[in-house]
Amino acid sequence: MKAVVIGCGRVGSAVAKGLLADGWDVTAVDESEDALMRLGSGWRGGFVVGHGMDATVLEQAGVSDADAAVVSTAGDNTNLVIGQVLQKRYGIGCVVVRVLDPARAEFYAERGLRTVCPTQTAISVLLDTVRATAPAPA
Amino acid sequence: MYVVVAGGGKVGANVTRTLLEMGHEVTMIEQRPDRFALLEEEFGPVVMRGDATEISVLERAGIARPPELLLAATGDDEDNLVISQIGKEGYGVPKAIARVNDPRNQAHFDLLGITQTICATTSVLGLVEHEVPEHGLVRLLELQKEGLEIVEVQIEKDSPVAGSRAGGLKLPGGSRLISVFRHGRTELVEPETVMRPGDQVLAIVSNDSALDLRRVLLGAPK
Repeated sequence: MKAVVIGCGRVGSAVAKGLLADGWDVTAVDESEDALMRLGSGWRGGFVVGHGMDATVLEQAGVSDADAAVVSTAGDNTNLVIGQVLQKRYGIGCVVVRVLDPARAEFYAERGLRTVCPTQTAISVLLDTVRATAPAPA
Repeated sequence: MYVVVAGGGKVGANVTRTLLEMGHEVTMIEQRPDRFALLEEEFGPVVMRGDATEISVLERAGIARPPELLLAATGDDEDNLVISQIGKEGYGVPKAIARVNDPRNQAHFDLLGITQTICATTSVLGLVEHEVPEHGLVRLLELQKEGLEIVEVQIEKDSPVAGSRAGGLKLPGGSRLISVFRHGRTELVEPETVMRPGDQVLAIVSNDSALDLRRVLLGAPK
């Protein structure tokens, strides 16, 4: 099973390593060659340097026959566009897109894109923690 | 008409100025504080500061009215795509025009249903092609929704159709010759019009038949 991870920062690199450990055949994509360092010296997956908006780069990373893709570059709108391209043009069944803005994450989730919003997660966890550990105001 | 313009760079600001002069109502959104300050001096309350890819900012600009036209003219193609999608799909904006900064991203706009785009680079390249006759077939206008394009072909001395009547040509399906420009005059093509070297022929052709049309009129590419 093939997975492609677009954007190999703190989140993307950790996701790539996790998928590789799960037995996936993983290729990571990042604009900067330095991102390869985040994957560690024992990285056994693929790595392509380039921008995820570039179809040549995507195809080099093997999106044409990938089963899953995670999009986690630094830009919400870049992620949203790349995610839709992977879904609609390359027909990848499982595309997961990181979106920091909760409103945009919800807007695109309603339109069939799997968005993950770390901001919304943080909001929920922080609220839940306060609710669980402090007495409710009278 | 009400128009929302996202991006107050050269394109956004000039379009806004012209629309205002024409009497239209416009809201322009600009993110950068320095550029916003300059624009505010000229445009006053017409310009608002914010990230036009944020739904709350678009709502403050009146996207829910909705505007008759949304122009996504920022310097970032991903932003322009997201702005157009939010406007069209989220708020039913009837017409969104998006600026394409990098022509390599055109395919993404087409794929995601943002069919009305403007790309300065592509326009300039079109003009360059027009000045370089060796290209044979020049795309003058693409009618994306209809899947048609209007092209210009210069008939050469060795063109297979030179000396032939238009009515006798075997043109590819979905194509039609419109006019020939010769000796400084334009004539509509009739079945009895004879193709001559030097003629500039205007034709309408479906996207997938353009190369076949070129082959019929000019022969195989050299």
